[in-house]
Amino acid sequence: MLTLTSPVDTAAHRLPAGVKLAALSLWTLLLFQLASPLPLTLALFAVAGVHLGLGGAAFAAHGARMVRPLWPFVLIVSLWHGWTGDLAGGAVVILRMLAAVAAANLVTMTTRLSDMVAVIERLARPLARLGLSPRRLALALALVVRFIPVMLDRMDRITDAWRARSPRPARWRVLVPATLAALDDADHAADALRARGGAD
Amino acid sequence: MERSLTHIALFAALIAILGLVPKIDLAAGVPITAQSLGVMLCGTVLGARRGALAVVLFLVLVAAGLPLLSGGRGGLGVFASPSVGFLLGFPVAAFVAGWVMERTTLQPGLAATAGAVIGGIGVLYVFGILGMALILQKSLTEASYLAFAFLPGDAVKAVLAGMVTQSLARMRPASLLSRA
Repeated sequence: MLTLTSPVDTAAHRLPAGVKLAALSLWTLLLFQLASPLPLTLALFAVAGVHLGLGGAAFAAHGARMVRPLWPFVLIVSLWHGWTGDLAGGAVVILRMLAAVAAANLVTMTTRLSDMVAVIERLARPLARLGLSPRRLALALALVVRFIPVMLDRMDRITDAWRARSPRPARWRVLVPATLAALDDADHAADALRARGGAD
Repeated sequence: MERSLTHIALFAALIAILGLVPKIDLAAGVPITAQSLGVMLCGTVLGARRGALAVVLFLVLVAAGLPLLSGGRGGLGVFASPSVGFLLGFPVAAFVAGWVMERTTLQPGLAATAGAVIGGIGVLYVFGILGMALILQKSLTEASYLAFAFLPGDAVKAVLAGMVTQSLARMRPASLLSRA
């Protein structure tokens, strides 16, 4: 399956994921200390500059695409603050949001899924005492990743089967068979696991 | 043990595919994704604990960088966006929906609808509104206007969650772990 990691190989891809996550936390803390438009504008330029410096125009365009889903919030905040007249306050909110989200996306774009999962497993290690063994967590993550394409494929078949029987669109009618199939898959996968020696 | 693990994993995958399939426009012409319906179903079918764990597992994979949120969003950025409250509220919503299912003796369909409304709308909106108020620096009242734009769609989804749970109860009663 596709991940959000950028195919453009940058120097940041080789940094340890833990270092990038720590830097991101500090950066986000810093952004929440800044409360006027000018430093936040500089901060946003800095994030854009890091994108360009690391991976060039194509990489930066990928970063820009990843903040695009924020546009409704930008629009609403702009309208609201345009109406109340507090333009500086609106600029602070929008700039901070963009700089924080773009920086977080940058970490995602430059870290492979396997590296991120390794960090998650390390962070979850203390949970072993509560009964969540690292092996079980790894198994669960792998099962989800493996079953998403399987279930998508079956969703298509369920829709096709409905279409063969009815001129009406399937809509919500696919939900019950899809959920039943997920329950069946879970039983089969559990049997298969048990036959191979169990989850632990 | 294995059965718990695979149910949690498979329902995490179910939340993902319900967000990835835009083709299910649930009610005619309303472009709502079924992702939060998946969250409700985790609670009403798997029960409080397993349902919440399935949602946490889904969020872990989103944070790790898989584009599993509706519209192909994902990665760490979404946890810095104004939607963060809704994301963090998802596991709690599933837990509450499952709790209502487990603790009431109502008919499964009714209990599931009630659970989906209380957890998937009531509790979820509290988290969502807090998140938007914090990130967008708005008062709670102002942030709640934004959240209520989603109310009609979520009401439809709560009813659907009830209907799906009712069908499962009728077709295969043993599959409802929340009532096991």
